[in-house]
Amino acid sequence: MSAAAPVAIHPVFGRLSLDALPLHEPIVVATFVAVVIGGLTTLALLTRYRLWGMLWNDWFTSVDHKKIGIMYMVLGLVMFLRGFADAIMMRLQQAMAFNGSEGYLNAHHYDQIFTAHGVIMIFFVAMPFVTGLMNYIVPLQIGARDVSFPFLNNFSFWMTTAGAVLVMASLFVGEFAQTGWLAYPPLSGIAYSPASGVDYYIWSLQIAGVGTTLSGINLIVTILKLRAPGMTLMKMPVFTWTSLCTNVLIVASFPVLTAVLTLLTLDRYVGTNFFTNDFGGSPMMYVNLIWIWGHPEVYILILPLFGVFSEVTSTFSGKRLFGYTSMVYATIVITILSYVVWLHHFFTMGSGASVNSFFGITTMVISIPTGAKLFNWLFTMYRGRIRFELPMMWTIAFMLTFVIGGMTGVLLAVPPADFVLHNSLFLIAHFHNVIIGGVLFGLFAAINFWWPKAFGFKLDVFWGKISFWCWVVGFWLAFMPLYILGLMGVTRRMRVFDDPSLQIWFVIAGIGAVVIAAGIGAMLVQFAVSIWRRDSLRDSSGDPWNGRTLEWATSSPPPDYNFAFTPVVHSLDAWHEMKQAGVKRPESGFRAIHMPRNTGTGVILSAICIVGGFAMIWYMWWLAALSLLAVIAVSIAHTFNYHRDFHIAADTVSETEAARTRQLAGAQAAGGA
Amino acid sequence: MPHPRHGRLFGILSLAPLALLPGCDMVVLDAAGDIARQQGNLVILSTLLMLIVIVPVMAMTIFFAWTYRAANREARYDPEWNHSTHLELAIWGAPLLIIICLGAVTWVGTHLLDPYRPLARVSPGQPVLPDTRPLEVQVVALDWKWLFIYPEYGIATVNELAAPIDRPIRFRISSSSVMNSFYVPALAGQIYAMPGMETKLHAVFNRPGSYRGFSANYSGAGFSGMRFHAHGLSQADFDRWISDVRAGGGRLDRMAYLELERPSENVPVIRFAQVERDLFHAVLNLCVEPGKMCMHDMMSIDARGGLGLAGAYNVGQLSYDKFAGRGSEGGRPARMMVAATCDTRPVAADNFELPTPVVLAPLLGAGLVNGSQTLLSRITPLPAAR
Repeated sequence: MSAAAPVAIHPVFGRLSLDALPLHEPIVVATFVAVVIGGLTTLALLTRYRLWGMLWNDWFTSVDHKKIGIMYMVLGLVMFLRGFADAIMMRLQQAMAFNGSEGYLNAHHYDQIFTAHGVIMIFFVAMPFVTGLMNYIVPLQIGARDVSFPFLNNFSFWMTTAGAVLVMASLFVGEFAQTGWLAYPPLSGIAYSPASGVDYYIWSLQIAGVGTTLSGINLIVTILKLRAPGMTLMKMPVFTWTSLCTNVLIVASFPVLTAVLTLLTLDRYVGTNFFTNDFGGSPMMYVNLIWIWGHPEVYILILPLFGVFSEVTSTFSGKRLFGYTSMVYATIVITILSYVVWLHHFFTMGSGASVNSFFGITTMVISIPTGAKLFNWLFTMYRGRIRFELPMMWTIAFMLTFVIGGMTGVLLAVPPADFVLHNSLFLIAHFHNVIIGGVLFGLFAAINFWWPKAFGFKLDVFWGKISFWCWVVGFWLAFMPLYILGLMGVTRRMRVFDDPSLQIWFVIAGIGAVVIAAGIGAMLVQFAVSIWRRDSLRDSSGDPWNGRTLEWATSSPPPDYNFAFTPVVHSLDAWHEMKQAGVKRPESGFRAIHMPRNTGTGVILSAICIVGGFAMIWYMWWLAALSLLAVIAVSIAHTFNYHRDFHIAADTVSETEAARTRQLAGAQAAGGA
Repeated sequence: MPHPRHGRLFGILSLAPLALLPGCDMVVLDAAGDIARQQGNLVILSTLLMLIVIVPVMAMTIFFAWTYRAANREARYDPEWNHSTHLELAIWGAPLLIIICLGAVTWVGTHLLDPYRPLARVSPGQPVLPDTRPLEVQVVALDWKWLFIYPEYGIATVNELAAPIDRPIRFRISSSSVMNSFYVPALAGQIYAMPGMETKLHAVFNRPGSYRGFSANYSGAGFSGMRFHAHGLSQADFDRWISDVRAGGGRLDRMAYLELERPSENVPVIRFAQVERDLFHAVLNLCVEPGKMCMHDMMSIDARGGLGLAGAYNVGQLSYDKFAGRGSEGGRPARMMVAATCDTRPVAADNFELPTPVVLAPLLGAGLVNGSQTLLSRITPLPAAR
């Protein structure tokens, strides 16, 4: 038996040494310098304008679901820029690496990039965006003051952030996994990936997973227990319904991810053989388990956006949603079915024809409720008065894009078709088609739709339209060539190519990615311009789109307590009905409001988890043990925190509401003039 | 199933705009092998079936969006209209009908084109004759190249596959280290290659030519270079190819294999005129190294209740993934196995009997059939498709 030269494990630094710094990778060094300069500038500006106190007191330690929601969105946006940088680098490499050229990335670097791109986009972009959206909107839609467990909410956010911090740290200290975003063993086992990359992967996902699972529990309880009086389940807004289903999926599937990663951790750290080639381990078990989480995950991402499209279509068509009941049941059916389709991700592993057929057909069955949803949106538009504001434009773009992605998805569910298209660029085009065309377009619709609610002014339309067209055109340019390449039998994750006739398609796809980059740039400009010109974009009514659900009943941005009096609901589209009935806003009789108090415990726990995760990654056992003890100690100490709540005095509420009355009167006068 | 030619015709029509693009060789839709061609036809058929719903939806989206735009005051506005039982039935029913059709096609197609199923036909209208012996090719995915063993001819090649046209090929596929996927788009759909396990694929070339083959499942640093050419040859050319390989010399025995399986990238074609017997079997059972216990031996001991404490001595012999031996840099020191205390005496406790004769069954595993012998007896060849 040939033994490898043992790597010395330093008693203090574990296996961390100066070699772990990627000083020999010029791209990484340049990035690092840019990050350091950017970071120092930010810190200097924060200090210069004395913003630290504000950040800490009003944001980091806040337990307000609205602020946490916004922080999630900011986290998602920051990580999106990182994930997109990875995408651009991949497109450039693949467009270059022909005719004997190796491109500009070596395998070590390129393999990390496509792994990081997938991990970041799913776990640290799409998830924070979706969670942030639900966090912000759901309590407002159901007429609640906050979520059920406000501190838990803050803690969840910071745990997700801790995972993101670890992923980013891997860029500069050590390396990230070179395994693909699902880290299939045996490749991700210690025998074939002995370095720190897979450990970064494991610990960042485990720590972020705690946040995701807890936030799922929190939102389920919130939706089930904190709905305004009169809001029965079948009078809940569709977005809240889809959020409920998404969180049920989170709570039921994320523990599977936690478990499978724990088994992989045991394989890597203590020498068990769950997924190794040795001693009866079975990598196939990992593939099954990870997809039992992975497939519901896809629906975790898309369902809330289906809710967004429902709200947007109904609002901008000025019409009740067509087929609310069938919409709800379609959502529930999708939720359940998403658990019985996981095997379609690996038809090619050699299951028998009957097993493959079963999972293929269950997959196709999901397209029935999804199709029903699409028809429901269509018939909501039918006999409506459609205003083509930005959210509605994104919705139409979604409908036209998503059906193609859905069609190619059903195609891939036919096992013999999958045998020729599996792992090809056709597959890549398919899931970007549904994730960009569904999840991202939905998020952009949501951001344009609810931004005025969160900040009190609308987003600039001109830059919004530029961003819209760049995104839509860029998307088709970037991914149509991938469909074609897939049909030409080109597989994914290739670093160099030998067939020069393929190059033109990669060049087109690269141009598409550049157009998308322009779309992202235009969106950032849109945010900046809108903040700059916020006074002229101001909305004082709190209901800029003639909305239908409760979040539009309160001011923009809503007061800390959301609603001075808990609204009473009589029907679906509660706010629309209130407006029809001419319900008057209460202007007196306010009482003190009981509120949760901010706490820094979430930030502290998250910081300890970052240290603990880092210690585990680098085998600094003493530090890992210390972190574990610290987490337990801080958690126990937090239970002795008796300053958990406070009351907003009745006078303060009166003043806030009086200001709101004056604002509304002003808006009415301005509207009348 | 429609007549394949019609399927292709429709496909060509529906994809005509794409086909007009220059330099676009859509091998998936027009393959040189009967299996891949049927799979490609299924891609086209399924797409056409779904377009029955997709096209109207896209048209309606644009039509409704235009007709009911706020500026069009002519259009009827009915803000409270939100339910119609008939319409609901239609919007659930139409996709349901399509999925029933597609589901039936899926069930039949998946069984007919099951990669484990021996071929019933060589090409449309040309059934496999009862006395036809398929060409067996044993495939091993190595880091990062492909090894092909031809037991019938006693030869082996690296990164070069050849087969006579119109003769069914039976691939037995495994891997030495990590998961790969064996894929020759012109020949047949892919199937995973997994260490310690055997997957199967049945396929046939119908047109002579040289086709691309590669790994379709990312397997590490040298993955991009894991390419080979798959030659479909006439019988005469194939015979010539065999004799060329035989004339080239070179022997692939266990030692040569252990050298070959070390990680290497962009490996040129290598040919071996001779192969050690049962090499594939040893690869599959993770026991190419001399002195290593084969998995099937351990499994057969386990099947008889194991060795009790004495079994601990086997642990060292079973360790497969090694660090230095497999080219991984760094990592932790090799685990100290019980083997370290093992003495040279055979593990001959009195209370067990060594399994004789050795059961030569390949590895068990979900989705994998237990043993080639059992497989052959289990499958009753289906009658030729008409």
